[in-house]
Amino acid sequence: MSTVNFGRRVLVLRRGRIAVRLDWRPVVVCAVLALAVVGLAVLALMTGSYQLGPGQVVSALTGGETGLVHDIVVEWRLPRVVAALVFGAALGVSGAVFQSMLRNPLADPGVIGFSQGSYTGALLVILVVNGAYWQLVGGALAGGMATALTVYVLAYRRGVQGFRLIVVGIGVSATLGSLNTWLILEAEREQAMAAAAWGAGSLNGVSWNQVVIGGICIVVLLLSTAVLSRSMRQMELGDDTAASQGVRVSPARLGLVVVGVALTATVTAASGPIAFISLVAPQIARRLARTAGITLVPAALVGALLCLAADYIAQHIAPTPLPVGIITVILGGGYLGRLLFTEARRRL
Amino acid sequence: MNVSALPVQESGAARLHIDSATIGYDKRVISESLSVSIPDKSFTVIVGPNACGKSTLLRGLSRLIEPSTGQVILDGADIQSYKTKEVARRVGLLPQTAIAPDGITVADLVARGRYPYQGFIRQWTEDDEQAVRRAMDAAAVTDLSGRLVDELSGGQRQRVWVAMALAQHTDILLLDEPTTFLDITHQIELLELFTDLNGTGHTMVAVLHDLNHAARFGTYLIAMKDGAVVAEGAPSQIVTAELVEDVFGLRCLVMPDPVVGTPHVVPLGRDRGRS
Repeated sequence: MSTVNFGRRVLVLRRGRIAVRLDWRPVVVCAVLALAVVGLAVLALMTGSYQLGPGQVVSALTGGETGLVHDIVVEWRLPRVVAALVFGAALGVSGAVFQSMLRNPLADPGVIGFSQGSYTGALLVILVVNGAYWQLVGGALAGGMATALTVYVLAYRRGVQGFRLIVVGIGVSATLGSLNTWLILEAEREQAMAAAAWGAGSLNGVSWNQVVIGGICIVVLLLSTAVLSRSMRQMELGDDTAASQGVRVSPARLGLVVVGVALTATVTAASGPIAFISLVAPQIARRLARTAGITLVPAALVGALLCLAADYIAQHIAPTPLPVGIITVILGGGYLGRLLFTEARRRL
Repeated sequence: MNVSALPVQESGAARLHIDSATIGYDKRVISESLSVSIPDKSFTVIVGPNACGKSTLLRGLSRLIEPSTGQVILDGADIQSYKTKEVARRVGLLPQTAIAPDGITVADLVARGRYPYQGFIRQWTEDDEQAVRRAMDAAAVTDLSGRLVDELSGGQRQRVWVAMALAQHTDILLLDEPTTFLDITHQIELLELFTDLNGTGHTMVAVLHDLNHAARFGTYLIAMKDGAVVAEGAPSQIVTAELVEDVFGLRCLVMPDPVVGTPHVVPLGRDRGRS
């Protein structure tokens, strides 16, 4: 009995109730990405005005150091590195969810206005109640969901077609951008300064508190996404096909929208909008892993790697320390322009 | 392949039938008090002019839409009472709107038909593998299994979709305009495949546009107009010039197909026909 030829090498694991088939290439790609992430994280922990060696970093992480080295690595640098990792992964997965759902590489929570909406929500919390981080998360979540609903309703014309939703989303995003600017202009000077600095998307002020709360939210959301991922994959074949194969399409889609928006909102509440990682990570991941459709784990790893790299550049390579959001805007802007151009040419 | 135990069929009633149902979208009613029965083990073909409710009927039969009144009965019970995956293990549907994700290979796409049998950690059992292999053999796409779906011709791609539906391993298979956009050779090839599948015990239900294909390959014909069934029965009994004129508004001659003797429709054409 011959095995099925999938056109690529596959790995089949069958033991007890477990029966899994994986493509080799994504497995290898994920392993390499994970190594790169760890390597870059160690480098980021070493680098700063007080240079450390890799040995010191490792021993600080494993509890072998006390005093200054311990403080630098664990108290100062680690929260930022962990934040970059976790937030980057969250953004990568959030982008992957929307790109898969709308079957369009332009479908990205940043491009279609959900991040702007999250930012508006969080901004209102800062300006009105001067809230704590968890209140910011709530505001960002509410803002993101309200924006998602608005875009959906505006784009609805006997069903929602992906490209129309994206164009509507870009419009809504621009409107919200102006609204955000106006909110900052109207605010008291101190609050406005804080809001503006945060709005550029920076990991500068990230504290352990935010990393822990945000991290827990994100881990829960990533697990929910994993549960929904099989339905998501099936829905890439079309809604009717998925439904006829036993996917409950409407609840699955609602669930995916909620986790997708919530992932972006959690990050936005902590660091402000970090643009474009959610846009590029899933596409880079797909090209590296050569998978059919969008895959989540490689997208998460590429997101983490990109965010970490962008923050490293922002802190250590740029002539003056910059918010990480500026770097991702510069890197992602060109990519977005190219995508819009090819997409418009294909559709118009 | 393990044949799942199905409830014993009440004598007389077909496994899949619609009982005076109203079906449509949102508030737009397509069919009112529609009753249709799909004969077991038949190759049923649904014909009718555009927008007469053929696809809507298929969507109703596969539970993609819920009737606002009346019922769809599957194996003696209201189809709404089943779990979603249980319906998918009994009734398969190949919709017109199926999309192949970029970069998917044939075997990978066919394997997605196994969804209703899989769980989070049970995604590729021996049964899955065997079902996929048999489905690819039956649809004659085994030789293509490692190829990218994007690279295939229209006819090959349609056979791959059929293989995916077969991997779902349902006794009843619904096909929405499976031959549209194919050249004549591939249309006939596909229809012969459906006849073969019908011969191995599948109940096939297809929406077709070509009346002559319908009459030649179908064992049972359902003619629809404005959301209602106008005639149903064996093609040789119901396909007449009067029926075609009634359903399609086309005057024609019906004569025996020179090869197999089934009714063959020849339009009378311009200046003489169209009402």
